[in-house]
Amino acid sequence: MHELTLAEIARGLADKKFSSEELTRSLLTRIAQLDPQINSFITLTEDLAITQAQAADARRAAGQNGALLGVPLAHKDLFCTKGIRTSCGSKMLDNFKAPYDATVVAKLAAAGTVTLGKTNMDEFAMGSANESSHYGPVKNPWNLEHVPGGSSGGSAAAVAARLLPAATGTDTGGSIRQPAALTNLTGLKPTYGRVSRWGMIAYASSLDQAGPMARTAEDCALLLQGMAGFDTNDSTSIDEPVPDYAASLNGSLQGLRIGVPKEYFSTGLDPRIADLVMASVEELKKLGAVVKEVSLPNLQHAIPAYYVIAPAEASSNLSRFDGVRFGYRCEDPKDLTDLYKRSRAEGFGPEVQRRIMVGAYALSAGYYDAYYLQAQKIRRLIKNDFMSAFAEVDVILGPTTPNPAWKIGAKNNDPISAYLEDFYTITANLAGLPGLSMPAGFADGLPVGVQLLAPYFQEGRLLNVAHQYQQVTDWHTRSPAGF
Amino acid sequence: MQWEVVIGLEIHTQLTTQSKIFSGSSTTFGSEPNTQASLVDLGMPGSLPVLNKEAVQMAVKFGLAIDAEIGQHNVFARKNYFYPDLPKGYQISQMELPIVGKGHLDITLEDGTIKRIGVTRAHLEEDAGKSLHEDFSGMTGIDLNRAGTPLLEIVSEPDMRSAKEAVAYVKAMHALVRYLGICDGNMAEGSLRCDCNVSIRPKGQVEYGTRCEIKNVNSFRFIEKAINSEIQRQIELIEDGGRVIQQTRLYDPAKDETRAMRSKEEANDYRYFPDPDLLPVVIEDSFLDQVRATLPELPPQKRERFQSQFGLSVYDASVLASSREQADYFEKVVSIGGDAKLAANWVMVELGSLLNKQGVEIDESPVSAEQLGGMLLRITDNTISGKIAKMVFEAMANGEGSADEVIEKRGLKQVTDSGAIESMLDEVLAANAEQVEQYRAADEAKRGKMFGFFVGQAMKASKGKANPQQVNELLKRKLEG
Amino acid sequence: MALDRSDVEKIAHLARLGLNDADIPRTTEALNSILGLVDQMQAVDTTGIEPLAHPLEASQRLREDAVTEGNHRDTYQAIAPAVQDGLYLVPKVID
Repeated sequence: MHELTLAEIARGLADKKFSSEELTRSLLTRIAQLDPQINSFITLTEDLAITQAQAADARRAAGQNGALLGVPLAHKDLFCTKGIRTSCGSKMLDNFKAPYDATVVAKLAAAGTVTLGKTNMDEFAMGSANESSHYGPVKNPWNLEHVPGGSSGGSAAAVAARLLPAATGTDTGGSIRQPAALTNLTGLKPTYGRVSRWGMIAYASSLDQAGPMARTAEDCALLLQGMAGFDTNDSTSIDEPVPDYAASLNGSLQGLRIGVPKEYFSTGLDPRIADLVMASVEELKKLGAVVKEVSLPNLQHAIPAYYVIAPAEASSNLSRFDGVRFGYRCEDPKDLTDLYKRSRAEGFGPEVQRRIMVGAYALSAGYYDAYYLQAQKIRRLIKNDFMSAFAEVDVILGPTTPNPAWKIGAKNNDPISAYLEDFYTITANLAGLPGLSMPAGFADGLPVGVQLLAPYFQEGRLLNVAHQYQQVTDWHTRSPAGF
Repeated sequence: MQWEVVIGLEIHTQLTTQSKIFSGSSTTFGSEPNTQASLVDLGMPGSLPVLNKEAVQMAVKFGLAIDAEIGQHNVFARKNYFYPDLPKGYQISQMELPIVGKGHLDITLEDGTIKRIGVTRAHLEEDAGKSLHEDFSGMTGIDLNRAGTPLLEIVSEPDMRSAKEAVAYVKAMHALVRYLGICDGNMAEGSLRCDCNVSIRPKGQVEYGTRCEIKNVNSFRFIEKAINSEIQRQIELIEDGGRVIQQTRLYDPAKDETRAMRSKEEANDYRYFPDPDLLPVVIEDSFLDQVRATLPELPPQKRERFQSQFGLSVYDASVLASSREQADYFEKVVSIGGDAKLAANWVMVELGSLLNKQGVEIDESPVSAEQLGGMLLRITDNTISGKIAKMVFEAMANGEGSADEVIEKRGLKQVTDSGAIESMLDEVLAANAEQVEQYRAADEAKRGKMFGFFVGQAMKASKGKANPQQVNELLKRKLEG
Repeated sequence: MALDRSDVEKIAHLARLGLNDADIPRTTEALNSILGLVDQMQAVDTTGIEPLAHPLEASQRLREDAVTEGNHRDTYQAIAPAVQDGLYLVPKVID
């Protein structure tokens, strides 16, 4: 049963081939057996899962259906889950039982999903390798000595290892797409404002978005359907109707205009990935797409701009972690300053502390203009580049990452090199555009992903292209040995 | 050395919305600690702010009332600092693009002249919680009920030149926000708080001296005393050869002095940046028009109208227009009683002293506007004299009903029948024949006082009910002989 | 723009992060390398460009003024490190 995709599970449940409870129990057993190898879960919620599965089965018996009814999944551990630990991969929230459910969690529960647990992640979503978690690194099921990507590394590894069919992730600089690429999954970051951020513990508020991670575009479409929608609790949520994503999967790609930015093929790109990207272009041409070269002249400035904006917003968002109302509090604080300084120094890991400090510096008196304001201006230049490109093409295609998964620990002494792995993904967050990564092959046994970007609110287009690609290729069906 | 004082004030007004500025929690004062603190107010991870429409409307109303530019594209910004009553570690405020821009407020000085005080800007922000320093075994207790209450921070230009001017400005601002119905102005409860920025410079110098900020002064009296004591301190400091250091200070009423605040000793870098959880607030012209239509007549216009429509003096008009409740009361009295000047006098003097004695505001007056108006009508139509009216007023204040009811019950109708008065006067003169002779023998100067004696006797004989005018006329005629 | 030790101490204080003396050199180096990356931005000519704070240029929605939240003190304080009589406790603050 663990081989079934989400769509296949939905059909199986509808056809009464198995019950949600059976499926859930079987996956929980599998998780117990196999997760110690990859460490993709922080918290397992067995009791909740069984309760939800039984309720879903009862609803189905009463005549209800729906693609997500009874489907098991997991939530990245920064979505608040009421009464259940929500740690953000951090010691700071190790004891935090969220007093409410995130909108994403509530919506999916209402649709009948079954929560198996909370997945491991880079601490406070800051990372591209899932090595910074308080709960230990996550291993890539494709090669246990390699990273799965981050920050949604736990969700990626769990789905890649077929411990569950799908999981929620979040993407601020590529944290859904990059781990999806490194673990042979399909992952989608929606348009900024498409999915509610209420209850999604914030890293960088103007960049964060929640999205689905699964093995196929079809699965992502079904999961996104349950996640997307306007929420009055989130001022940045956009009141745009949610289309039927599954319905757009089967459109023909005839005449689809694909843009490939010339700036994508620079020296930093692993040539094996370059080849696989070009091969995917050929497949899409066979399906009727036409390809042209486009230009994103400000691409090279995206990473510096991101590494100002994200830490700046994070430095402010994380000020609430002060040992007063929730979370970690140091022992015997001498005075107020000691309470703050020690709770935060002991509660946050080194990468989080570094980014908080960079952010505080970028906003500080005398540096705001040169750093924060300059970054926001570059952000507009990047958005403008995309608007120009999308005047000529329907989707932009390229590699998701410059390299496949690297060895755990390889970038420990060089965090900058980890930052550079975000080269292709970061622009979508800065511009707020939707982006998807889909499996496109392997480099020495390690998965390679291809990224598609589309204009605002065209998630349907992305899913359509990916789905059609997945009808004529089988990369996405491969599974890692041993899982 | 001749010193010039420069004062600027920052007034924080709590807006009287039902719910908080960014959350749906109640803003009611005085509830059990932390019972009005939602996820958003507690800064719970994952919580997000959503802006209260009424707070925006109230801010715009204020801006229009002070003739200010309205920031039709205004932005919320985060002011970052750590303090236990600030749950998120930042306050959502407004920095570069506030909702209200430059405006002005006119104040009346003691000598009756009008001075225009500039308002630099006014912006919306959220209030912080409260720290309770009563001993919790050496700890401080934090109540976040107040956290998130909407504030409109009103920043004046440094246009005031004395503590009295500053108080006049605060009083005018206090009256205005109450007039507009956007703030209840209750300084004791903290609905209106004042930070005073004070500096001194040698007379004639253009550059400002270093200023100190006296935070959270919570009464008009303390504002005046705090500013004066700070001025004194700065003068003494400089004249002793010292320098004023920019710092935040607190006023201690018991010692009548200001002292530096320990927690604000270090300069704070607030690292303002636009709040990414909120979008820019766009105020359309139609919204402005809508709000403009809800503006009440403001004190300056009311003052003018009281002068032109009712013929009141500048002083009387100012006093009566100073509060919305008083102005409304006065106009109601006039609408019934007719005589505006009479009404002005009764409201300001008799009613004023009654309210003072009982320690109540005009909206809790024991004599209603209808009652007073009814009584004034009876004065103007000669049913009662002014003197009797004082008795009637007292009776109404004691709950004896309307003026007519009191007059009826106590038989206070004035006697205006000239025949009756004449015969009464004849009796009085007959009973005091000696004094009549003395009067007729006396010269003009002495007659004045003696006349008063006869008037007194006449009033006694008529139990005060004889119409004083007629008594005067007839008595004069009879005494002349 | 290279940071020195005292810069790092100031920033750490602003952010209320207690740094060990021993860690400061390493932290300084790490921050400087990040700032080195970020400084590449200075080469970009952004004259006349408006900053982009939100990707989708929408405006703030206004909420009707109504009380929609009740008293959840017990639930919310169940996860608090230190409370007494309904108040959150912190080391005494002196004004």
